[in-house]
Amino acid sequence: MIRMQNVHKSFGDNRVLRGIDLHIAKGSSMVIIGGSGTGKSVALKSVLGLIKPDSGTILVDGKPADSGDRDAFLARFGMLFQGGALFDSLPVWQNVAFRLLRGTLKRPVDEAREIAIEKLRRVGLKADVADLLPAELSGGMQKRVGLARAIAAEPEIIFFDEPTTGLDPIMAGVINDLIREIVVEMGATAMTITHDMSSVRAIADNVAMLHDGVIQWTGPVADMDASGDPYLDQFIHGRAEGPIEAVR
Amino acid sequence: MNPINFLGRLGRTVLTALAALGRLSLFAFSTFTHMLRPPFYPREFFSSLLNIGWLSLPVVGLTAVFTGGALALQIYSGGARFNAESVVPQIVAIGIVRELGPVLVGLMIAARVTSSIAAEIATMKVTEQIDALVTLSTHPMKYLVAPRVAAALITVPLLVAVGDIIGIAGGYVVATENLGFNAAAYIKNTVDFLELNDVVSSLVKGCAFGGIAATMGCYYGMQSGRGAQGVGAATKSSVEAAAILILAANFVLTGMFFSL
Repeated sequence: MIRMQNVHKSFGDNRVLRGIDLHIAKGSSMVIIGGSGTGKSVALKSVLGLIKPDSGTILVDGKPADSGDRDAFLARFGMLFQGGALFDSLPVWQNVAFRLLRGTLKRPVDEAREIAIEKLRRVGLKADVADLLPAELSGGMQKRVGLARAIAAEPEIIFFDEPTTGLDPIMAGVINDLIREIVVEMGATAMTITHDMSSVRAIADNVAMLHDGVIQWTGPVADMDASGDPYLDQFIHGRAEGPIEAVR
Repeated sequence: MNPINFLGRLGRTVLTALAALGRLSLFAFSTFTHMLRPPFYPREFFSSLLNIGWLSLPVVGLTAVFTGGALALQIYSGGARFNAESVVPQIVAIGIVRELGPVLVGLMIAARVTSSIAAEIATMKVTEQIDALVTLSTHPMKYLVAPRVAAALITVPLLVAVGDIIGIAGGYVVATENLGFNAAAYIKNTVDFLELNDVVSSLVKGCAFGGIAATMGCYYGMQSGRGAQGVGAATKSSVEAAAILILAANFVLTGMFFSL
């Protein structure tokens, strides 16, 4: 469904992506792992067109991601941002129903609000948070609202950018379980970037490790522990010693 | 200093300035085209009208009333040096309407609105809200920039008109209460002396200054760097740029209206 071929991206002298090749099959959940600053977010944002790669090809359903109707392309995606990226000035329900209140997917306001409340319930929030502002919510609740917004328009593809960053282990576990449940229930294709190994084991069907701007290892999550790849081993066991320099 | 190094530095400075001017021009042009093409976001537009127009009224009113009062006192004491105290109504009117009204309102808008727009958009950029808008199929130029600039183009001339009236009223109160002017004669002199061209120039300046103030806030907000420092730098630069451009535009517009 999503294929990245030899994708390169540099920021000045910093060559972040040095030829990424990655395939995510329809309906599967791919988790990209790697250290901070290895280009995981750049890879994800390149698929969405938020960052333009310097070279290489990104195909979604066999078609180049940067061609065709942009609105129709983006309407297929939902995204949970690292910090939630909720709009401060809008109440929670309008954040969740943002896409349903404008543009090609526009619905009547009452219907959009109803869908928003249903999605909030789906992520474990009560209807009474609907009229609060994002600033009135805890970090965990903001993540849930971000998740509700990502799934509000029933997208085919959902991206999760560091879904558990900043959460305590219990809340991180709750969010991981929610993501897994929702992805399976919707039959969506998911791409998650994280360096939280508990997220990897909870969410992934397949794992790809990004290091030095290339995919160092990729395979099913079940094969991860016995991969024999020294980079992956060092990362998943959190060792300071190994081929990955601990001080970057 | 080595002349080649000097020329090199000079060239780089000029090229950097030209590149910045080019980016700003493209941004302004893009804003203009987005204001004309659907989709439109009326809710954002009306919210901007309220924020830029209605909520700026207190600061504009206070600025104008004190300036008008001080101007009356200055003209009276200055005019006394050559027995021209009686021109207070005329000079207050022309000074406020042609110059001080639009410039002071423009600068207050730069301080209040430009900074607020820049900080808001920069924070949205830093917290990935701009990226979120894009993924939700909403163009940030249409949703964030066009409504704010359109609202400023409409409301700032109105604020200037209000500022002009309050500024003249400030001069009137000081002149009639402290300086012994006759109230009816003061009003008659003011009305008789002002020409249509004075009022038109004031409103045109207001429109230009509003456009500059909002565009600078949006431009620097969208160009913001990372973190709190990026937001702070964007806000500071936006106010500096808006204030300087407003004063430069004032000089150009004054030349256009009154050089003949």
